[in-house]
Amino acid sequence: MSSSLSLKAEFVKGIWKENPVMASLLGLCPTLAVTNAANNGLAMGLATTFVLLSSSLMISALRNFIPHQVRIAGYIVIIATFVTVADRFLAAYFPSISASLGPYIPLIVVNCLILGRQEAFSSKNGIGRSLLDSLGMGIGFILVLVVLGIIREILGSGSIFGMAVLGDWFTPWMVMILPPGAFLTLGILIALANWYNDPSRSKERRAVS
Amino acid sequence: MTEENLPQAQPETPKKPVKPKKDPRAKLYKPETPLILASSPHFHTRDTVPRIMWNVIAALVPATVLALVYFQWAAVGIILTSVSSALIAEMLVNKVKGDSFTIPDGSALITGLLLALTLPPSFSLGGTALGSVFAIVVGKHFFGGLGYNIFNPALLGRAFLQASFPVPMTTWIWPLTARYADVDGITAATPLGLFKFEGVSSELSGLLTGNISGSLGETSAITILIGGLYLLIRKYADWRIPMSFLLSTFLVSGVFWLISPESYPSPVFQLFSGGLMLGAFFMATDMVTSPVTARGAWIFGTGAGFILVIIRLFGGLPEGVMYSILLMNAFTPLINRYTRPKFFGEIRA
Repeated sequence: MSSSLSLKAEFVKGIWKENPVMASLLGLCPTLAVTNAANNGLAMGLATTFVLLSSSLMISALRNFIPHQVRIAGYIVIIATFVTVADRFLAAYFPSISASLGPYIPLIVVNCLILGRQEAFSSKNGIGRSLLDSLGMGIGFILVLVVLGIIREILGSGSIFGMAVLGDWFTPWMVMILPPGAFLTLGILIALANWYNDPSRSKERRAVS
Repeated sequence: MTEENLPQAQPETPKKPVKPKKDPRAKLYKPETPLILASSPHFHTRDTVPRIMWNVIAALVPATVLALVYFQWAAVGIILTSVSSALIAEMLVNKVKGDSFTIPDGSALITGLLLALTLPPSFSLGGTALGSVFAIVVGKHFFGGLGYNIFNPALLGRAFLQASFPVPMTTWIWPLTARYADVDGITAATPLGLFKFEGVSSELSGLLTGNISGSLGETSAITILIGGLYLLIRKYADWRIPMSFLLSTFLVSGVFWLISPESYPSPVFQLFSGGLMLGAFFMATDMVTSPVTARGAWIFGTGAGFILVIIRLFGGLPEGVMYSILLMNAFTPLINRYTRPKFFGEIRA
């Protein structure tokens, strides 16, 4: 059942074609919850990518030792270990980010993006391929979170990464840093991506219909 | 089926001196002349979407005129901004989607006008334009355009503004003190706000004539009733919805008032204050977002009134018409399904 894509395709697919958020709608909880500022989105993306990479490495290496019947429990234990590492690391070195992300760092344990990649990929493929796959998915995840965070921060606070970019004339749209803003922005982004990917968008098809 | 009701036959070809080489019927077969095929029924009614919409606009004239009288240039600015942004947004969406031009049906104009009438007179023009564009683009066209929207677009635009700019959206000025949008008028709480936060009751005469602070078009119960009754008489709005909405508000708030007249406002005050009249006659009766069945209309109005009183008495905000209608909009598909009439002879499982 191992994958037959080229190594490059294995890496690239997670960034756009099989992007975890835009194409598979995985990991929506952190995507919607912490992207009220670009900083938070980046931190959450990096933490998730770290956990994804490390647990893919472990699970891919141990894939022939974990009994099939208890594999999910096994994955969760491994993932939880690395989440604890990430959580403590952030709390020790970046206390302000750790405070603003709140419970969402421990909640990476149940991020379906991570468990999904282990079940669908790492448990069936070698270490090298699993790492490439995780890295691509992680980068795709980070990109979406940062783009969402930037859009919401500009409109909701008038700044990017904490630096004010819009002058005093701009009244922030408070709704954008509230949950409705997350749903609206993500919905519009996914709609744009689907429109861009729509195969019927080519000119020849349009002329016929 | 009388003669006039029959579908129009093809227009008669005008009498012309016979020219053997030119067939006068040829112009009927221009490629752009569509052959219209439709299944039965072929009854014609004079009610079309534009006709209904323009009647609603006519019904809003008294409230709009009074807003202009009371709030003067502030009202002019907000109404013009809101309507023109709605029209421009509608035009742009038509272009992007490649649809036909839908400005003449008047629906975008109504959305813009209704939104303007629900805004406080001192609200900024930029914010007004934003809310209007949001109402048209997100509230209407993201759901598929006129007839497909789940929520009343104007109210959705207002909800967006309320969530975005909570302070300007709840800052009110006294009528006749505003000259220009950005010049400070005399700020004053709305009657509902006065009661909720300071326990002060307002005179009924002010609530009727609209000489109170509040949103542009909602202050005077009389002007809204004139327009609303016109709509009901012409049957462009289902009378059951405003009736049940007002009745349920009256009864539910009456129960609380009877329990403790000191701490809860009287049901008459509840009826004539805030945006209830405007909401009950012009927003809740939106044909697209309210139930189609008679029983459904009763459920819709009763539910909206109940939610309204709960928000007004126990919520954080003094006013809840917008949220009560939006919440019932969300229930409309469910109500329609629940009140589906039986087919003749049908036995339900």
